[in-house]
Amino acid sequence: MTDTAGSGGSVKLKLDGVAKNFGGVRAVSGVSAEVKEGEIFSIIGPNGAGKTTILNMTSGFYHPDEGSINFEGTDISQTLPSKIASLGISRTFQNIALFRGLTVLENLMLGRHVLMKTGVLAAFAYWGPAQREEVEHRERVEEIIDFLKLTDLRKTPAGALAYGLQKRVELGRALASEPRLLLLDEPMAGMNQEEKEDMVRYVLDVNQEWGTTIALIEHDMGVVMDISDHVMVMDMGERISFGTPDEVRGDPRVIEAYLGTTDHKEVA
Amino acid sequence: MFHRESGYFNTTYKADMALYPLPIAKFAIAAILVLFFVVAPYFLDEYYLSIINLVAIAIVGALGLNILVGYTGQISIGHAAFMSVGAYTAANLATKLDLPFWLTLPAGGAMAAFIGILVGIPSLRIKGLYLAIATLAAQFIIEWVINHTPTISGGVAASIEMPPPEFLGKELVNQAELYYFLMVIMVIALVGAMNLIRSRIGRSFIAIRDQEIAAEIIGINVFKTKLIAFAVSSFYAGVCGVMYTYYLGIANYENFQLITSIDYLAMVIIGGLGSILGSILGAIFITMLPIVIRLLMETFGSIFVDDAALAQVIAQFRLIIFGGLIIVFLVVEPDGLAKLWQNIRNYFRFWPFSY
Ligand SMILES: Nc1ncnc2c1ncn2[C@@H]1O[C@H](COP(=O)(O)OP(=O)(O)OP(=O)(O)O)[C@@H](O)[C@H]1O
Ligand SMILES: [Mg+2]
Repeated sequence: MTDTAGSGGSVKLKLDGVAKNFGGVRAVSGVSAEVKEGEIFSIIGPNGAGKTTILNMTSGFYHPDEGSINFEGTDISQTLPSKIASLGISRTFQNIALFRGLTVLENLMLGRHVLMKTGVLAAFAYWGPAQREEVEHRERVEEIIDFLKLTDLRKTPAGALAYGLQKRVELGRALASEPRLLLLDEPMAGMNQEEKEDMVRYVLDVNQEWGTTIALIEHDMGVVMDISDHVMVMDMGERISFGTPDEVRGDPRVIEAYLGTTDHKEVA
Repeated sequence: MFHRESGYFNTTYKADMALYPLPIAKFAIAAILVLFFVVAPYFLDEYYLSIINLVAIAIVGALGLNILVGYTGQISIGHAAFMSVGAYTAANLATKLDLPFWLTLPAGGAMAAFIGILVGIPSLRIKGLYLAIATLAAQFIIEWVINHTPTISGGVAASIEMPPPEFLGKELVNQAELYYFLMVIMVIALVGAMNLIRSRIGRSFIAIRDQEIAAEIIGINVFKTKLIAFAVSSFYAGVCGVMYTYYLGIANYENFQLITSIDYLAMVIIGGLGSILGSILGAIFITMLPIVIRLLMETFGSIFVDDAALAQVIAQFRLIIFGGLIIVFLVVEPDGLAKLWQNIRNYFRFWPFSY
């Protein structure tokens, strides 16, 4: 894709001088970035660079020590994760965090938790509003199940699935909440070539057909350079480069961070 | 209990989500209802009906505890204390304000739910063993407060006589009359619990049990949801306490002490954590166990010891068997009797082709 896609859109997510310390470790220091409406924004960098910490702060799992995070004009730096989910941000985890004992279907229904309303009394009575809501949301979940080709597995416990499929189910659960910003932490890690290609396809489809803004972390350079509108490169908690894939590829600082020297030609 | 079968396909999501999607299950449920609501009261005498009454009461309490412990993963050793809150609330309302059962039942449940929420507040910060200790403390504090507050406990021996429930102007005094009363409440509690578990609230309970962090990230307010679980669980406990008070005709804290909390934990562990069927089987098993032991002891035990010693032996024996069974189930079959039943059913479903 080219740098024209998404570059004209409004700002979806804005990080402003964000920093996070863990004890003595400065995991993220003074990172600023803008994710534009409708784009695919990738974060790359060596292990321990602070990529996951950025996502963790965006989803409210940690709160930044310094700086601010702004989603669609709302400051979410100190907001609870459950509240952030209801604002329209959903995510997947680097280490899969599915509800392993529950079926694929139930995992996806849980993904829609924020969109559903049934309280204790309505649930207790069930027949009536609660049932109507269940059916309505089940229909939407089935669409996602079809889209991700999980039809035959909908009643299988998530924990019983192969690794690659679990990653796909986790994407499904994140999609189920119909997010306006989707955060993916290494969605293709540990996959074989075929599974990777499938996952790339799903990510692109979500972005193009549903218009969902996506911020993702990925180590596979080929994939990142292929699908991203913008790339942010991090090293040791700092943002060391930012731009279109082509711009980043030629940046000497990036080459140095990855290879420890500036002698080499290209990253990808 | 009766689940899905291959060769039978649901054509709508609504049908697919029904409690019992199979036609045969509907017949089985109807048969069970006829058995318990028509046949049993006709053929059984007072003694046996009183045992079924006890089981019905225990099922309500076990469902409540399983919602908290089995489905939400929050331990509680104070379940019996919540029952006593329900029991004394109802007894006071019935004696002082002459309120009918259809008000004392929900009121007892609501008061227990309120206390349950207070006890649940630490669950945000503490887990596992520490939460167990906190609920244990609640058990003793509630017991002490009731015992030392004459306005609650009625003064004399901390017990209040409960007037019998009245239905259409008729007082339900004997076990046969109480039978329908208790069974109907139990069925409502049972269906309600199944509904709760299969909808949004129940799923959020299970999500917290399985993956608290992921639950929070997908938008479940973990603290609020834990408190809901404590509230629902204690509400059930409270209603169970009110049922027991109507059953005995008296509210007395001695029926709701630590040992009773442990009985209920035994029900959900032996029956099956996170299983509605498990709650039922556990309640039946733990309620019947001392009765069966007594029967056996009275038949064979009198050969060895005299009657006075026998009562002691029965009480001790019961504890030993309980302890042993809990350990056996935790080690060998953590999914409890419900899983054993499932295994048996699976075996016969494919019988005689076991592969
Ligand atoms: N909860 C935590 N407690 C202490 N240190 C942490 C915590 N989370 C992250 N860190 C530290 O912060 C730094 C950045 O970690 P982070 O997980 O953000 O890296 P990453 O870029 O995602 O790495 P990887 O590519 O290996 O996933 C690391 O040094 C890590 O050890
Ligand atoms: Mg990471």
